Amino acid sequence: MHLLLSPMQQTDKLISPSVNWGSLTPLLVLLGAGLVLLVGAALSARGWAKGLYATLTAAAAVAAGVLQFVLWNSTVHHGPKSLVGEALVVDGPSLFIGISICAALLLAALVTDDYLRREDIDSPEVYGLYLMAALGGLVMAASNDLIVLFLGLEVLSIALYVLAASHRKRIESQEAGLKYFILGGFSSAFFLYGVALVYGATGTTRLRGPESIKTALALTVETDKHRALLVVGVALLLVGLAFKVAAVPFHSWTPDVYQGAPTPVTGFMASAAKAAAFGALLRSVVLSMPELRDDWRPAIWVLAILTLVIGSTLAVVQTNVKRMLAYSSISHAGFILVGIEAAAHGGESGDRGIASVLFYVLTYAVLVSGTFAVSTLVGRSGDGAHGLDSYRGLGRQRPVLALALAVFLLAQAGVPLTSGFVAKFSVITAAADASSYAIAIIAMLAAVIGAFLYLRIIVSMFLEDGDAEGERVSIPFGTGAAIGISVAFTLVVGFFPGWLLELARDAATRLY
Amino acid sequence: MLNVIWLIPLLPLCGFVINVVLGRRLGDPKSGLLAAAMCGAAFIVTLVTYFDLVSRPEEARQHVATIFSWIPVGGLSVDAAFLADPLSITMALFITGIGTLIHLYAVGYMHGDPKFSKFFVYLNLFAFSMLMLVLGENMLVTFLGWEGVGTCSYLLISFWHTRESAATAGKKAFVTNRVGDWGFMIAMFLAFQAVGSLSYSALNSAAMGGTLVRSTATAITMMLFLGACGKSAQLPLYIWLPDAMEGPTPVSALIHAATMVTAGVYLMVRVNPVIATAFTWAPAVIAIVGAATALFAATVAVAQTDIKKVLAYSTVSQLGFMFLAVGSGAYVAAIFHMVTHAFFKALLFLGSGSVIHGMHHEQDMRRMGALRKLMPITAGTFIIGWLAIAGVPPFAGFWSKDEILLAAWAHPTNPALFKVLWGVGLFTALLTAFYMTRQVIMVFFGKARWEDHSGDHGAHGDFKPHESPAIMLLPLVALSGLSIVGGVLNLPFTDSTKRLLHWLEPLVHFGEIEGHASAGEKWGLAVGTAALCLASMGVAIFVYQRNRAQAVEPQILADGWRYDRFVSWFMGHPGRQAFEATAWVDRNIVDGAVNGVATGVRRSGAVLRRTQSGFVRNYALLIGGGVVLMLAWFLLRAVGVFG
Amino acid sequence: MLLNQFLLLGAILFAIGVYGVVARRNAVLVLMSIELILNSVNINLLAFALRNGGDPTGHTFALYVIAVAAAEVGVGLALVLLVYRNRRSIALDELSEMKG
Repeated sequence: MHLLLSPMQQTDKLISPSVNWGSLTPLLVLLGAGLVLLVGAALSARGWAKGLYATLTAAAAVAAGVLQFVLWNSTVHHGPKSLVGEALVVDGPSLFIGISICAALLLAALVTDDYLRREDIDSPEVYGLYLMAALGGLVMAASNDLIVLFLGLEVLSIALYVLAASHRKRIESQEAGLKYFILGGFSSAFFLYGVALVYGATGTTRLRGPESIKTALALTVETDKHRALLVVGVALLLVGLAFKVAAVPFHSWTPDVYQGAPTPVTGFMASAAKAAAFGALLRSVVLSMPELRDDWRPAIWVLAILTLVIGSTLAVVQTNVKRMLAYSSISHAGFILVGIEAAAHGGESGDRGIASVLFYVLTYAVLVSGTFAVSTLVGRSGDGAHGLDSYRGLGRQRPVLALALAVFLLAQAGVPLTSGFVAKFSVITAAADASSYAIAIIAMLAAVIGAFLYLRIIVSMFLEDGDAEGERVSIPFGTGAAIGISVAFTLVVGFFPGWLLELARDAATRLY
Repeated sequence: MLNVIWLIPLLPLCGFVINVVLGRRLGDPKSGLLAAAMCGAAFIVTLVTYFDLVSRPEEARQHVATIFSWIPVGGLSVDAAFLADPLSITMALFITGIGTLIHLYAVGYMHGDPKFSKFFVYLNLFAFSMLMLVLGENMLVTFLGWEGVGTCSYLLISFWHTRESAATAGKKAFVTNRVGDWGFMIAMFLAFQAVGSLSYSALNSAAMGGTLVRSTATAITMMLFLGACGKSAQLPLYIWLPDAMEGPTPVSALIHAATMVTAGVYLMVRVNPVIATAFTWAPAVIAIVGAATALFAATVAVAQTDIKKVLAYSTVSQLGFMFLAVGSGAYVAAIFHMVTHAFFKALLFLGSGSVIHGMHHEQDMRRMGALRKLMPITAGTFIIGWLAIAGVPPFAGFWSKDEILLAAWAHPTNPALFKVLWGVGLFTALLTAFYMTRQVIMVFFGKARWEDHSGDHGAHGDFKPHESPAIMLLPLVALSGLSIVGGVLNLPFTDSTKRLLHWLEPLVHFGEIEGHASAGEKWGLAVGTAALCLASMGVAIFVYQRNRAQAVEPQILADGWRYDRFVSWFMGHPGRQAFEATAWVDRNIVDGAVNGVATGVRRSGAVLRRTQSGFVRNYALLIGGGVVLMLAWFLLRAVGVFG
Repeated sequence: MLLNQFLLLGAILFAIGVYGVVARRNAVLVLMSIELILNSVNINLLAFALRNGGDPTGHTFALYVIAVAAAEVGVGLALVLLVYRNRRSIALDELSEMKG
């Protein structure tokens, strides 16, 4: 008896990191919802009532979003803070990106429900994977440690590999999944190697705060000895993140995967995954390695220019709309990289750069979700009608849907009075503020080239007569709601961008 | 009344929305009449605003109506605001005025078209965008309108195109306009960098106050000029305009003659203090490009056979005149010519539309002739337009063209260059008189050549050109009246008759360059130019009216023959070759260059596509290549190669 | 032993892995190559951890990497199986429906 009780009498104090559970709630909500979905659905023999999976997912997205708003308020009053032994942070950029990811998750859930039932492959796993991917994204954006960042990245990526391949009846979907997996694994391996080298050079994996990479880099004497290790590590980190944001020349997976993946998943990848990756790029390189800025800033500069030019050029020659949008999302990544480049300058213009990146990420996430939602509907059952031909005469057949797509495309092209314009404008202004004139001029050039393809789709919809034999596009409620929300957001932010710009600026200055 | 200037663009926007929703139900002609009514209402509001503005003292003739703060954050503060001042209201007056007439005309012209209501949707949207462009208080609002008119133009050019060619139809318009837009965007950012605001008043007062650095002013000027070249069809970005004649004729009249193409000129006048601050070579470049365009387009016009193509090149040429005026610092003359040109060119286009309508969509002038008896009103009004554009006093075109030539002649800072430009301008004026006479004779006089081809119009059986309906003729008559008396806006006789000058004075006084010319010089130039233009018209009459003249007065003809033979030899051999050559350059080189940009993007896209082979291994290799480059950069920097 | 020796071993494994991904056509072999790279990372991590006096960060990280690699390989093999069922082949070069 005494032997059994003895562990109970051990009263030595353990020093464990304080876990601020309250601040973890957004992550816990997503995780919990994912587990409930998977376990609950596995236990019930005949599956849940229709639409319930999506409802739960959407509810979790909204809840996580609202909780982040609450946290936002607390950072306003008490300042940003770190959690779990400084592994995670709750600050402006992390919450802003987190909210973008939750918005993308909500829209994706709404669209996916109709899609899965149309394709007759309704199952809870897709939603579980969405939730896990969003969780990974949130972790990436909030990480203050390269290990945590890596874990978030893998949670996000592995979920996306499976999601890309989740339409088992479509041969392209499998191809997309496997291609994404191999290239994704390849690039995470580079990323990981980079992390190991940075760890070797600095002796820590913590990004900011006391005894972190940032402080280690500030004491250059210590790192000089390991400079080679350090710079190779940073280069490989950049490679891994550039792959995730689909920057040229690490973009080659994007068109194939975007085209092959089920369309709602494509929308989710283009919005949530991109947001998370940019969040991680901000956190790991831009904010934590300002001392090395002269090394990596030119690299970002080149990446941005290549991405802008090659993305928009290749988009022009496409005839498959999903593929076209894939290349256009590459060129959007280029625009965001312009903002990152501006952020790299540090100081006040750097803050403006961070704000412009955050603003762009959120508006683009909503915009691209809406665009792919329309594309999901036009794809019709079988998810195969994505050629430019399929959009012919949509203006006559489904005027409201066509109008919504026109709004999205105009916004992507950066026409004034849409959110896309304000986003491009703020990114380019930030670049000009930071005296990166060349990059600002090239960004404008890319915008000029890019407009061609958006107009091409619009012309197809409104000016060309439709195919009589084409199946009529149906607009189910959930997808319609998602498109409506996206249009409203795009226009409201287009007309009254002030509040959101203010929020982004706030977020950029409220750093841990 | 100045507080409601937002009504001016709002009314066409309402028309647009109503027609989008109800257009098909309203149908032909109600949706068109609605659109015209909206445009007309906007004209009335503009008119009231104008009188309000006139009644105020000179320094109070400026009002900013802010709708809302668009981007109110920190360093970047942009309002959605409209500006009412003499310049913007002048522009709005003729846009809504001529716009209304053209809307009315289009009701008749488009009658029976299956896409009738859609046409008016675009037309109203265009009017809205154009009004945003000119009424915008800052560059961003202008840019919005700028993009809007470009898109409408693109949509309207492809209006009658079948599915196959629709994607490529407006391509040229699109590419050249985008080049221009790019210039505008860069100018916008430069201005923002320089003065921290996008509003014209801030930019102009920085220029007038001397706080705008000279090199920045030059850069802004050149970039805006690039934008203006795209929109106002100047060398080398003019090539979309002749192609734009594919659209329905009312569109050609509204967009490609009277309003949209003047946007570039408007913009240059709007920022005249910036141009005045720039290095002196900047306005000289503008003047040179303007004069070169004027001459080039006029020579091409001589060799055209399509009734609308002649007018299209003539538009390019007249726009060149306006830029010559801008470059010479004669902003009032530029606006003056813009207004009179809007009168007579709209008239000519609508007249040609009436001819095309009457000829059952025949546009080849070689198949016309002797139409004056069958279409008396069209012919009469067209002739008035001809006299106006040819520079015959006292028609409108004479006064405005004369002022531009005078400004070039009397330019104080660089007399040698501007004397040459004056010569080019004068020669262009003569060519203008020549080719317009040619057109009038080929269409309305001479032999009725359409009879030979009546068989071609098999469906019509007994083909006979007919006069157009009253709703189309009414605008023609109104515009011909304006083309006759348009000159009274700014008569050069006494100080008090220079109404436009006084009206615009407060806006242009900083940039306007006063020429030095004695009264004798002025008179001599005016009389000489007019005489030469008349002579040129005479030559053209001899050349193209030969047969008729021969029959009536053989004696005169004998003398005329020799001259005529020379002219027709010249026209037939070296001259024709020269004109054909410029037409060839136009078709192949300049066109080719712009198409080249488009195909260049396309080609490089096609090449780059090959890297996207579909094989995972190749993708991995590409990533590997990227890694190597990245590592190379970082390591080379680490060992100090790049410092 | 010297730190260099571990780093060199890691680098060699890394290079072999990268070569495998780029050169191999068999999907399973490509998966194995990716595993090889991950293991090279582990060697590096452990070497650095030892150099830093047995720093737990490196050890923990290596454990995480092993776990993630296991998850990744699970998903990867599932995908390969899915493809194999449809095509009766796991040659990656046959997966090129989408390109351009």
